[in-house]
Parts: sequence; structure tokens; C-alpha cells
Amino acid sequence: MNAHALVRPAAVWRDVGAVTDVPLRGARVVKTPAGCVAVFRTSEDTIFALHDRCPHKGGPLSQGIVHGTSVTCPLHNWVINLGTGKAEGADEGSVPTVAAEVRDGRIWLSLSELR
Amino acid sequence: MSAATLQRLVVIGNGMAPGRALERLFETSPGIYAVTIFNAEPRVNYDRIMLSPVLAGEKTFDEIVIHGDGWYIEHNVMLYKGMKVVKIDRAARTVTAENGTTAEYDKLIIATGSQPIIIPVPGHNLAGVLTYRDLDDVHAMLLVAKSRGNAVVIGGGLLGLEAAAGLRDQGMNVTVVHLMPTLMERQLDPTAGHLLRKAIESRGINVVTKANTKAILGEKRVCAVLLEDGTEIPADLVVMAVGIRPNAALAKDAGITVNRGIVVDATMHTSDPDVFAVGECAEAFGQAYGLVAPLYEMANVVAAQLSGDKGAAFAPSATATKLKVTGIHLFSAGDFADGADREEVVFRDAARGVYERIVLKDNKVIGIVLYGDVADGAWFFDLLRRGTDITAMRDTLIFGPTVQAGAAMDPSAAVAALADDAEICGCNGIPKGKICKAITDKKLKSLAEVRAHTKASASCGTCTGLVEKLLHLQLGDAYHPSASQAMCTCTTLSHDDVRRLIVAKELKSIPALMQSLEWKSSGGCAKCRPALNYYLLATWPGEYVDDNQSRYINERVHANIQRDGTYSVVPRMWGGMTTANELRAIADVVDKFAIPAVKVTGGQRIDMLGIKKEDLPAVWSDLNAAGLVSGHAYGKALRTVKTCVGKEWCRFGTQDSTGLGVRIEKFMWGSWTPAKVKMAVSGCPRNCAEATCKDVGVICVDSGYDIVFAGAAGLDIKGTEALGHVATQDDALEVIVALVQLYREQGRYLERIYKWAARVGIDTIRKQIMEDVERRKALFERFVYAQKFSQEDPWAQRAAGKDAHEFRPLADLTPLQAAE
Ligand code: SRM
Ligand SMILES: Cc1cc2nc3c(=O)[nH]c(=O)nc-3n(C[C@H](O)[C@H](O)[C@H](O)COP(=O)(O)OP(=O)(O)OC[C@H]3O[C@@H](n4cnc5c(N)ncnc54)[C@H](O)[C@@H]3O)c2cc1C
Ligand code: SF4
Ligand code: FES
Repeated sequence: MNAHALVRPAAVWRDVGAVTDVPLRGARVVKTPAGCVAVFRTSEDTIFALHDRCPHKGGPLSQGIVHGTSVTCPLHNWVINLGTGKAEGADEGSVPTVAAEVRDGRIWLSLSELR
Repeated sequence: MSAATLQRLVVIGNGMAPGRALERLFETSPGIYAVTIFNAEPRVNYDRIMLSPVLAGEKTFDEIVIHGDGWYIEHNVMLYKGMKVVKIDRAARTVTAENGTTAEYDKLIIATGSQPIIIPVPGHNLAGVLTYRDLDDVHAMLLVAKSRGNAVVIGGGLLGLEAAAGLRDQGMNVTVVHLMPTLMERQLDPTAGHLLRKAIESRGINVVTKANTKAILGEKRVCAVLLEDGTEIPADLVVMAVGIRPNAALAKDAGITVNRGIVVDATMHTSDPDVFAVGECAEAFGQAYGLVAPLYEMANVVAAQLSGDKGAAFAPSATATKLKVTGIHLFSAGDFADGADREEVVFRDAARGVYERIVLKDNKVIGIVLYGDVADGAWFFDLLRRGTDITAMRDTLIFGPTVQAGAAMDPSAAVAALADDAEICGCNGIPKGKICKAITDKKLKSLAEVRAHTKASASCGTCTGLVEKLLHLQLGDAYHPSASQAMCTCTTLSHDDVRRLIVAKELKSIPALMQSLEWKSSGGCAKCRPALNYYLLATWPGEYVDDNQSRYINERVHANIQRDGTYSVVPRMWGGMTTANELRAIADVVDKFAIPAVKVTGGQRIDMLGIKKEDLPAVWSDLNAAGLVSGHAYGKALRTVKTCVGKEWCRFGTQDSTGLGVRIEKFMWGSWTPAKVKMAVSGCPRNCAEATCKDVGVICVDSGYDIVFAGAAGLDIKGTEALGHVATQDDALEVIVALVQLYREQGRYLERIYKWAARVGIDTIRKQIMEDVERRKALFERFVYAQKFSQEDPWAQRAAGKDAHEFRPLADLTPLQAAE
């Protein structure tokens, strides 16, 4: 899965649901006090999480089409890399990523980054 | 050497791992240990992985024995067959078997392997429910197989599929029931999983995926398997192959540290310095292993440690998987999950049924999936294990070790692979063979000549790309096809090529299409996926299952996304007509859900804007209650049929324009189209419904109905073209429906009617619809057939719970967090 820093306070990891709750090649939203987080599941069952705001004009990335490890924003078709949060191609901008891990089929998000 | 001077080594379990350890130990340091083995199975060490060929009848047990009885005698090993150890006493340094036999040890190896997992559904302990682990299981299966009855294998992983193939070979009627959407999903990516499924099915084995077993039915013996969705599959035999669990209870009871497996360090020592664990029961570096290769490496370490080499250490390395089913070739290794920092190289050869995908990271191979041709598996695996930098061979990597630069893929391969009788030109019914023959016999050199001699691609022109590829195939580089634009970077084929090939090759799913047409990515992109989904849906109504994840958000959730992430909802108002009841329902919904804006659209209906996504199903439910259904304001689909008041009210009206408009809309709503379709019916040439700038329009006149099409009033402004005149409403409906169906079959995704018409030719279309009556009727019938599967209100389905996950957050952490 995604690579993350190893040092982190355990308390801020939260179980947000099962991998299978997110459609294959799709996304679901997790509401947090710091805004919505989009949780993506690729065709290979890899889980990624990003802030649900497109760097272009704030489009909800969770509503886009997921292909490979990218999502195409539903509003104006920017393509955002799920791993880095960076816009691909000619567009410039990036959205913060949220550390996500799968443990025994459950998705855990690191919420420390959201504060 | 006297027995008294030897150290006593006791081994619990006589599987492949300790077998290898002892072999090594006797080789390198003979005569140090007096060995005693306890084995629960009443037999010698055999090659467990070859049980499948035994089940399939391809091998006998004798052929898979690793150490015969003679070996144990030769090495002075005391083997207790059929004796299960029930206790380890670490203080007394003894192990004790079920029957009381006790042995003392100086060093102990625990090699108890693992146990098949049994899902504890009701009926799991009925007679006839088996697992697949040892020779006894195989014998039991062979016994039941004599009945030639029904077998259900639960689990579509490596073991399950091998069991299924073996039972099928024994003449049973076999169904594989698998929880996940694709087979062997842990080892294969979805594309390879799909190919595997086809191969398994082609042997006559039924495969049911996304299937959750609810219960196993039967009185004393099993008689059926019941799935969560209510399906009942008859079964005389049920094989559970859903996974394994390290056999660690014995060690745990003895106070040895156990996690998932028996915890060992790199030297294979457990928490007790005199006790080793090896094989599937051991957990090293947090992982338990289920394939022989790493277990043999563990075994070598144990042997070295026992001979005094304290430095010997186990280092986990990648493992590779193959499926041992005759005729199916697959190989997978490493990690092929997606990752932002990863790249993939994909090669497909549809004719040979080959799919190869190599996943790269930092210019190194980290994952391999090979299907159909596994000849290069070892070579790729070697690159993976060595971590070789592949930069220098990057471009030709996928072709394997033997192929050098220059052996690029032939983009015409998909066309070359078509049979001679495959239809290329649908309009004129010209098969591939006829075109090729004409090119050779008549020495044709250009598209124009082919058109002149065969009529192929002379009508609607959608097969132009294919005909050009045939010219290229026949003439080689002497012919340069006019570069038809590829759909996207995933393929060299154009939209038209793809549409034609879907029909010619009977491609019925996105994975089948991508494999057959040799897609260059493993899963497509946001450009091709929605187009392919539409093409398949339009070509195979009732057969193709819509892929929601290949649709834009608006179509996926049946509402229009707004700039702030809220949605708008536009119900149908048939022909622009409404009632007090409908208006009241809309008003109530607006109040109830505090909808911030209500607007009359340019399409004669009402738009409610700014609705929260979570509210959509409830909004729809209320609208449905008043008879309002989705207006598809979000879809590449039939949008509006605008009408004027017509003969009913207007002093100039010649026909019932409102009635015809409502009839057309009711007949055609719900159908998916390449791009949106808007229509209008005006009651006289004053044209209050603006029919002459629509995709399809009707102008009512005294003598009947003038039908017009290919207008535009959006990005482009263009008056419509005349299609024809008809006398009755019925004829008008038939003509319009046939026209839209032709467009559905030929249009490129996102191409409006006016653009399609300009490409194909107004005259060509007019002839096909107005003059060729037979064709018109056939088009009409095809539309009617497709409507059977699309005229169901998507809002009602969702208000009733369909796709509920789309409308609910996965988790809501706001209240909890706020309370902290
Ligand atoms: C609501 C409405 C404006 C209004 O308030 O009146 C509207 C709103 C939108 N139009 Fe429109 N169009 C509306 C009538 C029209 C009309 C007039 C008509 O239908 O008679 C046209 C010109 C005719 C035509 O279709 O070409 C029209 C030409 C467009 C176009 C240009 C299409 C083209 O190929 O030229 C787009 C862009 C597109 O589809 O790519 C568009 C796209 C849109 C979208 C869907 C923009 C988008 O992609 O999000 C707007 C959605 C708003 C929403 O969420 O509801 N809208 N749009 C009208 C809805 C009609 C309905 O009841 O369904
Ligand atoms: C049908 C099948 C096909 C397979 N195909 C492949 C393949 O293609 N490739 C691959 O790499 N791997 C394959 N495997 C897996 C492979 O066979 C195992 O990983 C390997 O055999 C494990 O070896 P082991 O010595 O750890 O355990 P095992 O071979 O399971 O041996 C454990 C032994 O210990 C005995 N035992 C358990 N508890 C006690 C006790 N308390 N007292 C005494 N004895 C006990 C058991 O009866 C058993 O005989 C396959 C397995 C099966 C069943
Ligand atoms: S279409 Fe003709 S008849 Fe109908 S309202 Fe307009 S002008 Fe009147
Ligand atoms: S807001 Fe995402 S592309 Fe414009």
C-alpha cells in the first residue's frame, strides 16, 4: 500500500470502514472537522485518501472517474494523481494527501494531518 | 558412532519444509543427530503441491512421494506415522503423542504446517463438506466424484481452482463460488482474472463471483449450497478452499510466543532457544508463508543452524505463483498494486490470448502478471529478485529476453485476426474476405477504389478505418492509411474501429474488449471508459451490464453536479406539460429540503438547484410519489421534447403537437445515446417550439408532419436539414425512432447528431431512413428491444436503495471529533 512516515501518534488513526464499502474504481467521502476527505479504491484494491477539493476550483474529487492511480475531476477534467495529490499533465496545483492504511480489510486514516 | 553421543532432534510434522531441512542436515552434517519424527498423517513425506495432478488423475501417489520408507531407514530416522503430538513439555524437554508415545529432545522442530479455514456457516459440518489439504482429502473427493454428481468449490483462489479443475476432470459438474469480483484476486490483476475466468468456464466449470455463501444445506449429507442472494446450487460435494491458518495451537499451549503463526527470528528460533519452527506454521518478519519456495529457504536456515552455522539467516524474498491446471498458463509475482510512483508496461496479443503486465518502480521490476504465455516468467522474476535496473531495455522489456529492439507491435493485428467472414461493412453486408479478395484480384490501391468495387465503407463510412487497415494488411507499406484519430492514448484504434470490432468480434465487456483489441493500459482512462461503456450498452442491450464506475458523476448519481458540489434535479415534464399536483409536489420538496433555487429551464421544465447529495434519494422518493420521474438532464440520453400548445388550443395549430411530443418522449425516454438528444414538435411553421434548431424536430402541417434533424443551437448555430414528410403520427414516430437508433449505432461518443450527420452525409441518412423501409423497420425494432432494458426510472431505483453507497459518506467523524 501507500508508503508513509512510520512515526505517528497512534490515537489519531481512525477506522473509517471496510475496503469493500468503497466501490472498485470509485470513491467515498469521510466527513471530518477539517473538511471532507475522499477515500479512493483503485482496480487493484489500493486505497488512497486526499482532501476532497480539486486544486483547480475546489471540485469534489470523490465524484470523479478513477482510472489507474488517478482521478479526473468532475468539474473541469483536471487529472489528479492519487498518490501525490499533484495535478498531472499541463495543469499545476496539488491537494494534500491523507495517510491511509488497510489492516485486515478495514481502512484506517491518519487524521493528524487534518488538524 | 554410538547413539548415546548423538543429540536428540525431534520433529513435529513431516511436511515439505522439515523434509527439506533434514535432507540438508544429513548432507552437510551427517551423524550429529538422532532424529524422531511425529506425523499426524499416516504416511511418508510427499510433494503436497502435486496433489492436484493426483486429483486430476494425471499422477499417482507413488509418483509424488519425496522420501520413501527406505530414506528414513537409511538415515536412522524414527518416523511415527499417524501420530499426532498433543503436548510439548518444555521443562521436561519432551513431546507426547495422542497415544501416549513420548520422546525426549535436545532440539525440537515444530513443522505443523497450516490448517484450511472452514467458514462456520450453518451446515459446514455435514458429511460431504471437505477441505483440500492432504491425500485423505483427495481420496475422499475421488470417492464422491465416482457419482459424477455436482460439486461446489467455495473459493476461487489457487487451491479452489485446482480442486475444481480436478473434479471436473473426474466427470463432476462443478461450480466455483467466489466472494470477490475476479478469480485469484490476490495473485492476479482484474484483466488476468477475467481471462482466467473465461478459460475456467470454457472447461465447463461454472463460476459465480461476488457470491457470499450463506449456508450449506442437507440433512445428514450435503445437498446444496445457499448463497446470500438466495441462489441454491445443488451439491453432492462441497470443497472449502478459502484460505489457510498457521497451525500454532500446540506451540501456544506450550507457552511459545505465537502471533498469527509461531513467531521466529531470522535464525528460525522461536522464543525458546531450543525450539525451531519451520514451514507454514512459522511467522517470520510478521508474515506467514504459504508457498514452498520461502519455506525451503527457511528449511535451509534451520539445517545450517543445526549444523552449527550461527550466522545462517532467513531473508524473505518475493514469491511467484503458478496455477497447476493443465492448459492454463499464468504466472504472477511481486506487488502489482497501483501506486503513484509506479509505471506499468502492458502487452496484449489477442490472437494468442496473451496478457502481460509488468509493474515498474524506480526503473525496477516490482510486479509481474503473465497470462497465456509464461515463457518469460522466470526471466522477469529474476529481474525482480535481483532488482535489476531496466532503464537500458525499457522499450523492449515487455517482449522478453529474446526479442530485441525493432520488434514493435503491429497495430493492425486486431483486424488481421478477424475471420474471413467477419462483417466489415455493416451497411452493405461486406465480409472481410470479400474485401481482401477484391484488393488482391483487382489490384486495388486506394480507399476510393475499394469503395467503387465492393461498396464497403461507401455508405455510412463508419468502417473506413477498418477498410484502410485491410488495405494496409494486403499492400503493406505501399499503403498509408489516412491517420484516423485514436480514441485516446490507450489504443491506436479510432472510435469507429472500436464500434465495428465490438460487433464483429462480439465483444461484450470492457475487460474482454481491452484484451481483444490490445489496449495499452491495464484499465483504460477517463476518456475511453465512458465511451466503451456506452458502445457496449448500445450494442448489447440486455446482455451488457452497465459499469457505473465508467460513467461521469452526473450519470452515475442521476443528477447534475454544481460548482459547489451540490446537485440539481430536473424531473420530466412530458412535452412541457404539468399539473397542479406535480407543481405542488415540487413546491413541497423545495420547502422540505430547503432547496435554495428553483428555475424554469430553457427546456420547458423545472430545475431545483443546490440539493445536498445525501438528500437526493429522499427528494426523488417524494417526487416519485407525485408521479415525477428523472428528466435525464444529466445524461447522454434523451433530454427534452419541447412542444407548443398546438391544435388543442392555438388558432393556427394544424396537428396535436403537444400530444405527439408527449408520445415521443414517453416512447424514447431512458435510452442512452452518444451525446444528448433534444427534440421539439411545433404545431405549425411559426415554430414556437423552436423545432428547426433541435437534434430532431417536427413541424406539423395540414397534410401531416415534416421531420427535420441535425440542427444546433448551442456551441454552434445551425438550422435543421429536412429528413422527410409523413402522413401520420405513427409514421412520424417510426421515422424519428429509426433515425435516433441509427445515430445510437453509428455516433461517436460525445458527437451530437448534427456532427454525426455531417460526417456520414445527410443524403446517406435520408436514404437509409426514408427510402429503405425494411432497414427503417429493423432500426425501429432494435430501439424497441433496447428500451425494454432502459425504461425504468433511475430515481425510483435509487430511492428504493440502489447504489446507496453513492449518497452516504463512508464515515462521519465530525461529531465525534468535535466532542474530543
Ligand atoms: C438548466 C439549463 C439552463 C436553464 O436554466 O434553462 C441548462 C443547463 C446546463 N446546460 Fe444547457 N441547459 C439548458 C438548456 C440548453 C439549451 C436549450 C434547450 O435545451 O432547448 C441548449 C441549446 C441547445 C443544445 O442542446 O445545443 C443548451 C446547450 C448546452 C450546451 C452546448 C451543447 C452543444 O453541443 O452545443 C452544453 C455543454 C455540453 O453539453 O457539453 C450545455 C450544458 C449544460 C449544463 C449541463 C452544464 C454542465 O455540464 O453542468 C448545465 C446544467 C445545469 C444544471 O445543473 O441543471 N447546455 N442547454 C437548461 C436545461 C434544459 C432542460 O430542461 O433539460
Ligand atoms: C493442493 C495444494 C496445492 C498446492 N500448490 C502449491 C504450489 O503450486 N506451489 C507452492 O509453492 N505451494 C503449493 N501449495 C502449498 C504447499 O504445499 C505448502 O506450502 C507446503 O506443503 C507447506 O509445507 P509445511 O511443511 O509447512 O506443512 P505441511 O506440508 O502442511 O505439513 C504439515 C504436516 O504436519 C502434520 N501435523 C500437523 N499437526 C501435527 C501434530 N500436532 N503432530 C504431528 N503432525 C502434525 C500434518 O498432518 C502435515 O502432514 C499447495 C498446497 C496444496 C494443499
Ligand atoms: S406552433 Fe403555431 S400553432 Fe402552435 S403556438 Fe406556435 S404559432 Fe401557434
Ligand atoms: S475544479 Fe477540478 S477541474 Fe476545475
